[in-house]
Amino acid sequence: MKSVFVTVGTTSFDDLIATVCSPAALQVLQNRGYEKLVLQVGRGALKPALHSSPPLAVEAFRFKDSLAEDLRRADLVISHAGAGSCLETLEKGKPLIVVTNEKLMNNHQLELAKQLDRDGHVFCCNCSTLVETLQSMDLSTLKPFSPGQPEKFASFLDKVFGFQ
Amino acid sequence: MEPPLPAAALLLPLLLVPLALLARRRRGRRTPPLRLLVVAGSGGHTTEILRLLSCLSESYSPRHYVFADSDEMSEAKIRSFEQKRAETFSSSQFTLDRIPRSREVRQSWTSSVVTTLYSILYSLPLTYKLKPDLILCNGPGTCVPVCISALLLGLLGIKRAIIVYVESICRVETLSLSGKILYYFSDYFIVQWPDLKEKYPKSVYLGRIV
Repeated sequence: MKSVFVTVGTTSFDDLIATVCSPAALQVLQNRGYEKLVLQVGRGALKPALHSSPPLAVEAFRFKDSLAEDLRRADLVISHAGAGSCLETLEKGKPLIVVTNEKLMNNHQLELAKQLDRDGHVFCCNCSTLVETLQSMDLSTLKPFSPGQPEKFASFLDKVFGFQ
Repeated sequence: MEPPLPAAALLLPLLLVPLALLARRRRGRRTPPLRLLVVAGSGGHTTEILRLLSCLSESYSPRHYVFADSDEMSEAKIRSFEQKRAETFSSSQFTLDRIPRSREVRQSWTSSVVTTLYSILYSLPLTYKLKPDLILCNGPGTCVPVCISALLLGLLGIKRAIIVYVESICRVETLSLSGKILYYFSDYFIVQWPDLKEKYPKSVYLGRIV
């Protein structure tokens, strides 16, 4: 069953949840072959406003100790711009749409989301352009994200202290 | 009047010797193990710093973790990291300490100064007790008072710690507030994006390391 996982991290981002659950967005997701929508809503409202018979199965929860399992099961991830959520998703090799929150001013998280978008690892959009992005996206164009190299940090420190 | 040359000639080495000694201690080789103080804290910072630690050998031991007392997530993350580590290195050692948070997100500047001063006072006995050789931090507000208290210990000749600051992966074009301050006080300042390396020439760029 092809599924979409939406995550807002430890914050709340009801605009994103509402947009994903809008009839227009659900329709696009269905057209693209997704059958299930899982929402991690954080501190936001738990029950998204859905019309009577949504075309996808919708599940929602607030928090879990680890989202690893939900990310692993997902075929597409739609995330807020939090660095943790973005990096964890990319490490699992899942296609990712990052939705920025226009209501947060001076949000430094945007720096990372925009850079990942420039480098072709994610699609970055906001709530008002999400449906459009879902319609036009070609997931095969996303570039894989190579993991960071903490071993380079270790060898740098070893050199500093003469441990090598 | 006689020029004060003899006095200056006497004073000069007196000034230079300790300075040179300090400089030698600053970047000299050290014998393992090194006592490591890790400033963890709030959200993604702890995850990032544990990744940095994941590749360090047991030459960096014990690891003393310090984090803000309002942080509820870090302790569990650190414990699970250390538990895994203990499976590989049986003699692995670590401690956990909490200090008052110096600055909450969105706190005003003036009240930040007061709470930071309080945190410095609180950090001093802790850094004195731990006497770290190396301080590793990556940007939670808590790292500023900890590093300043360590610098004070260095100035007093009690213990000179080497400060390594790693700016968070989130920072692509601008430094965090902690980064802007510690750029001037750290021994090694590491950034993870080339744009920052260009803007801050003293920084070190090793690619993405978390």
